[in-house]
Amino acid sequence: MKNRSSGERSIEGTDDFALTRRKFLLAGTAALAAALVSPIAKEAQALAAETMGNDAEPAVLSKVAFEVNGKACELELDTRTTLLDALREHLHLTGSKKGCDHGQCGACTVLVDGHRINSCLTLAVMHQDDKITTIEGLGTPENLHPVQAAFIKHDGFQCGYCTSGQICSAVATLREIKAGVPSHVTADLTTRPQLTSDELRERMSGNICRCGAYSNIIEAINEAAGKLNATV
Amino acid sequence: MKPFTYERAKSPAEAAAAAARNPDAKFIAGGTNLLDLMKLEIETPKHLIDVNGLGFDKIEPTPDGGLRIGALVRNTDLAADERIRRDYGVLSRAIVAGASGQLRNKATTAGNLLQRTRCPYFYDTNQPCNKRKPGSGCAALGGYSRQMAVIGVSDACIATYPGDMAVAMRVLGASVETVNAHGTRRTIPLGDFHKLPGTTPHVENALAPGELITAVTLPRPVGGTQIYYKVRDRASYAFALVSVAAVIQPDDTGQVAVGGIAPRPWRVEAAEGELPHGAKAVVGLLLTGAKPTNDNKFKIKLVERTLGAVLAEAKEAKAQNS
Repeated sequence: MKNRSSGERSIEGTDDFALTRRKFLLAGTAALAAALVSPIAKEAQALAAETMGNDAEPAVLSKVAFEVNGKACELELDTRTTLLDALREHLHLTGSKKGCDHGQCGACTVLVDGHRINSCLTLAVMHQDDKITTIEGLGTPENLHPVQAAFIKHDGFQCGYCTSGQICSAVATLREIKAGVPSHVTADLTTRPQLTSDELRERMSGNICRCGAYSNIIEAINEAAGKLNATV
Repeated sequence: MKPFTYERAKSPAEAAAAAARNPDAKFIAGGTNLLDLMKLEIETPKHLIDVNGLGFDKIEPTPDGGLRIGALVRNTDLAADERIRRDYGVLSRAIVAGASGQLRNKATTAGNLLQRTRCPYFYDTNQPCNKRKPGSGCAALGGYSRQMAVIGVSDACIATYPGDMAVAMRVLGASVETVNAHGTRRTIPLGDFHKLPGTTPHVENALAPGELITAVTLPRPVGGTQIYYKVRDRASYAFALVSVAAVIQPDDTGQVAVGGIAPRPWRVEAAEGELPHGAKAVVGLLLTGAKPTNDNKFKIKLVERTLGAVLAEAKEAKAQNS
């Protein structure tokens, strides 16, 4: 460990206890990488450099301004930055989660101008002047949104990774039903959709929960829907 | 993802001109399919032209009593539109049978028409694919082909067109309106829009380079019982194994298109004459020349059964209305 050439401070140094777990892991990885520099590894690196050649093309930066949770934000970003990465990595709003990064799991669901979308499947630069709401903007620990409170009451999660997306999606789902947007299980297209568990299950199908908390999630949304209706 | 430059187009002419200037450019609207493919480096545009500001976001009546759906109308808004729900129910039903609420909020009318196949070998860049890399071969032909097309295929490609919306639009007789960099407008019947693979499976539609879709038009409503049946591996949020869009009139005549079985929404007008004689008679003509694989030959029977269910529902609706 003492021989490594990276710029990391020695673990034996004076700031031992200041080392975060993340830095410790990074230091360990650097040491491991150094130990692996064999002829084969060098060859692999050369091959990697060759195949990654096109990525040496410089990143293109572009400016974008939008509002997140009521706060104006101005960013200069690599055009490739998704809205999810802008929120998490640049604005440090890590409530929205990256699950599949391909619009299949729903963990990244946020509201844009009140509509739920997968923030991993949209570019940040495409959101000029938009109003974005993340889980951090729905409620606070002291003043939870009714859907957040209902998820806690009904145990609508286990590991919690999908929960921010589930809650943002649920908030928008209730608005969609109220606005009369039909779903696959709406029996009659010419009448307003009803707030039923079947409707909620169908409308929430874009949010996957690996822990399988679905039945509790539906209970939570049903209860929140009742409370939200009572307050309108 | 490969680096790209980005611009927000302010007018259709500006967008089309930008595309003409940059042969490696792509238009982007909802982006739900394009960005997915860019992350996998299956699509590698060097320039993106954001067309969201072009104002094609309205659904307007046409002089002949139909509707003109702007290219940028989101799937959710199209499915929820009162006129679509009342007069073109099969379209509303098809849209809500596809994707998830989040995706439908983003996906646009034009983008949905242009979505690319979900063939797993197209997605796996380690595999040959004539659609992704012309001339490289087709891994699906000797591979696992349960989801693939059974008709309209070639020795170069057996991928399906994956969408639902276009299947309903095909049965309704929709047309695609476009504009190019010279400002020339044209109208393409939807039946001529998606191309069969032949020897050029990478050519998927009738658009010329830089040509921009501005709207989809629907002819005047035809009434009838309108049904969209989708058979899939999950009850929600899955692509069709087989889907049937149908408009059935009280005298048992009508129109039928099938999804999930071909490189484009599959409609054979001659087969529709058999509708009063039942599903088997229709499917006999509809699927003439089918070339299924061992893995997907079940789709032939599934089309017949799904259409049978559709016709039974239409009969029930007729009984209730009379």
